[in-house]
Amino acid sequence: MTPSLKILDYALASLLRRKYKHLALLAVYTLTVAVLASVLFMTQSLRQEAEALLSTAPALVVQKLVGGRHDLIAEDYAAQIRTLPGVRGVEARIWGYYYDSLYGVNLTLLGWTSAQGETLELLRGQLPQQPGDCALGAGVAQTYGVEIDDSLVLVDQRNQSRIFRVSGIFSSDSQLLTQDLLVLGNADLRAFFEIPTGLAVDLAVQVYNPREIATLAAKIRQQLPATRPIARSEILHSYRTVFNWRSGMILSLLLTALLAFAILAWDRASGLGAAEKHEIGILKALGWTTSDVLQLKFWEGLCLSLTAFILGTLGGWIQVYQFGGGLLRPFFSGWSVLFPQFDLYPALSFYELASLGALTIFPYLVCTLVPAWKNAVSDPDAVMRS
Amino acid sequence: MGRLGWFAGFLFLCLALAVALGLDNLADHSRYAARVRGGQQLVRVLGLTDLSLWTEARYTRHLSQADNFAAFQDHPAALDHFPAGSLVSPPRQTATTRLTLIKKPGSP
Repeated sequence: MTPSLKILDYALASLLRRKYKHLALLAVYTLTVAVLASVLFMTQSLRQEAEALLSTAPALVVQKLVGGRHDLIAEDYAAQIRTLPGVRGVEARIWGYYYDSLYGVNLTLLGWTSAQGETLELLRGQLPQQPGDCALGAGVAQTYGVEIDDSLVLVDQRNQSRIFRVSGIFSSDSQLLTQDLLVLGNADLRAFFEIPTGLAVDLAVQVYNPREIATLAAKIRQQLPATRPIARSEILHSYRTVFNWRSGMILSLLLTALLAFAILAWDRASGLGAAEKHEIGILKALGWTTSDVLQLKFWEGLCLSLTAFILGTLGGWIQVYQFGGGLLRPFFSGWSVLFPQFDLYPALSFYELASLGALTIFPYLVCTLVPAWKNAVSDPDAVMRS
Repeated sequence: MGRLGWFAGFLFLCLALAVALGLDNLADHSRYAARVRGGQQLVRVLGLTDLSLWTEARYTRHLSQADNFAAFQDHPAALDHFPAGSLVSPPRQTATTRLTLIKKPGSP
């Protein structure tokens, strides 16, 4: 056995000698890593999902701004945009929000024209084909307790009840997109919200060449100064930012927990117990060098922190991917009443895992090595007598 | 088996568990791919722009379509009162051009 392995063996023996103390520390340490790892796994998976799903979003969405706020846009603008070279098509969209005070839910109502005929994989039934039809998300169907061919009553802009027939329900696999969605025919929705003819909520622009999106956005902005074009890349950027684990508020809060743990570790390590000081003194008196003592403390710290890191990461993985991240959902759902249930698919890069390791293992190692070094360089006699 | 053996065995066990868990979750790839394909079709056909994660306010439901000052849109200087809003970091504002005024020597 090489000297290093002998010191590692001694370090393990040393950890086991004070096993209850170290087990308590390991439990807190593992929990800290598990929570950090859960946030990391969940945000990475959501970011991956958002980027994959929204890659087919409209190339450009053109809004009209009045007083810095989103306002209804004239459909004439669509004709102007259509004349720009590179534009494949412009669609005037009608959509809006609906609050149901009875159930306390916010719904997103989206207009659809039956001309866009295509069978949707994630839809049971069909999209609205006739006036009075509607298709809705699984969350809406569950809230109102409706099934296909049932009736759904909504109160319109004039406070009058309107009855819609449920023609389709989006499958639960699409909950991340359709949880609160209610699709109505364009004419029905226009009447429901009393949006005047000739106006739309925004314009969705499709282009031939995705590389021209930025140029087209600039042209639209120049020709129609009161508009705000939102490119697909900006949509994706929004979600990248939201789920960026380094900028998340949750992580900021957790970092304070990590800091608290670092203080605990520092306090524990800096106030080396009398027995530990005595042990260092005896080891020095027996002929151990300062470097041997440091190596011992390094192995002790590494064994403990590596075990906590591995167990914590495994715990985070199991929590997020085996149990659906149930513990973190309250943080992520905010005040959302219709928060979707979704399966997360693993998305993890070596960089993120290494960052997590660096963030959790190194601070502990430093916290334990520095006070040990201070004792190791002292005179053995003085250390034993102190 | 000594302490070193037990520790190495424990690490190996953890590694084996990690590989098993990873393979178990990654085995669902075909279902995930089908879900994403169906979702992409929905987004394309319906022209969706956002995830229906946070439905409590319009600027959390449609993050990408919200005003730039979304958190303050209820009235000037209104603080954001929805927890989801705290997840969004402020946009990084950088000027793309810079204008420099240089005085001519001798001019007032």
